[in-house]
Amino acid sequence: MKNKLNSIIIFIFLSFCFVVFYKGLNNSNIYTPKINDEKNIPIFKAKDFNSNINIESEKIFEENTYYIVNIWASWCVPCRKEHPLLMELSKNQSVKLIGLNYRDNLNNAKNFIIELGNPYSQILIDNDGTLGVEFGAYGVPETFLIDKNKKIIKKFIGQINQEIVDEIKSIIK
Amino acid sequence: MKTLKIFLIVFLSIGFSQLKSNEKNDEFKNRILKNIRCLICQGQSVYDSESDFASSIKLIVDKKIIEELSEEQIYEFLREKYGDWIIYDPKLNKNTYILWLLPLLLFLLGGAIIYKKISKKKNEQ
Repeated sequence: MKNKLNSIIIFIFLSFCFVVFYKGLNNSNIYTPKINDEKNIPIFKAKDFNSNINIESEKIFEENTYYIVNIWASWCVPCRKEHPLLMELSKNQSVKLIGLNYRDNLNNAKNFIIELGNPYSQILIDNDGTLGVEFGAYGVPETFLIDKNKKIIKKFIGQINQEIVDEIKSIIK
Repeated sequence: MKTLKIFLIVFLSIGFSQLKSNEKNDEFKNRILKNIRCLICQGQSVYDSESDFASSIKLIVDKKIIEELSEEQIYEFLREKYGDWIIYDPKLNKNTYILWLLPLLLFLLGGAIIYKKISKKKNEQ
C-alpha cells in the first residue's frame, strides 16, 4: 500500500516536471515586450529636428488628436521600406505623425527626408536613444499609436506593413 | 609653510573622499546594470552588453541615479516600460509564484521525509 502511494507521488511529480519542461520547450526564447498594454505617454524634453530648440512633450501631444510616433533613422533599411506607408498615413487628417530620429547623423537624416519626403508634423532628435527608452522601445523602427486621451494604445515593433496601416486607419477613423 | 601643509592635507582628504564616493556610486550603478537584461543580446546583462539598447539603458540608469531614484524605483521604471523580463531578479506575482515557492516546498518536503526517516530509525532502536 505504502509502496503504491510512493509510486503515485513520484509519478505525479514526474508528470508535473514533464508538463512544465514541455511547455517551456514550446515557448519562444526570444522575448518581445507586450505590445497591447495601454500606457501613458512619457513626459520628456527633446530637441526639434529643424529648429534645434528644446520642446516639452506636453506641447507636442494635444488631447483629442490621434498621434503616431515613429522611431526611425537614415541608416535603418526597414525604415526606408516603411516610409511610403508613413507618407500614405500622413495624408489622413485625423492623425498627426511625430518622428523620433534615433541615434542618427543629422545631415544623413535630413537627406533621407529630402529624398523620401516628410510624413511627420514634427521630428524630435534622440541622439543617445534615451527618448526611445522612455517610450519603451528597444530598436528601430518602432511605431506607437497614441489615442485622444494621450495613451499609447498600440505598439508595432519593426517595419510596418499595409495590414498595420489598415489597422491604424480602422482605429482612427 | 604651515598654511601650505594644512591646505595640502585638506585638499587631499577632500580628493580622497570624493574618489571613494565615486567608487561607491559606480558600485551601485554596476549592481543595477548587472541585474538588467539586455533585450537585444538576450542572455547578456546590460552591464556586459555593448549594444545600442544597452548603452541607452546605461545612460537612463545614470540619469535616474542623478535624480536620486532608489534601486527599486529604477527597476520599477524599467518594468513599466519593458515588463518583468528586463529584470533578472523576478518579482513575486501570479506568473512567478511557482518559481519562488516550489524550491521552498521541495525543501520542506525533503526535510519532512528526512525527519520521518530519522524518527522511525530512533523508534526502531
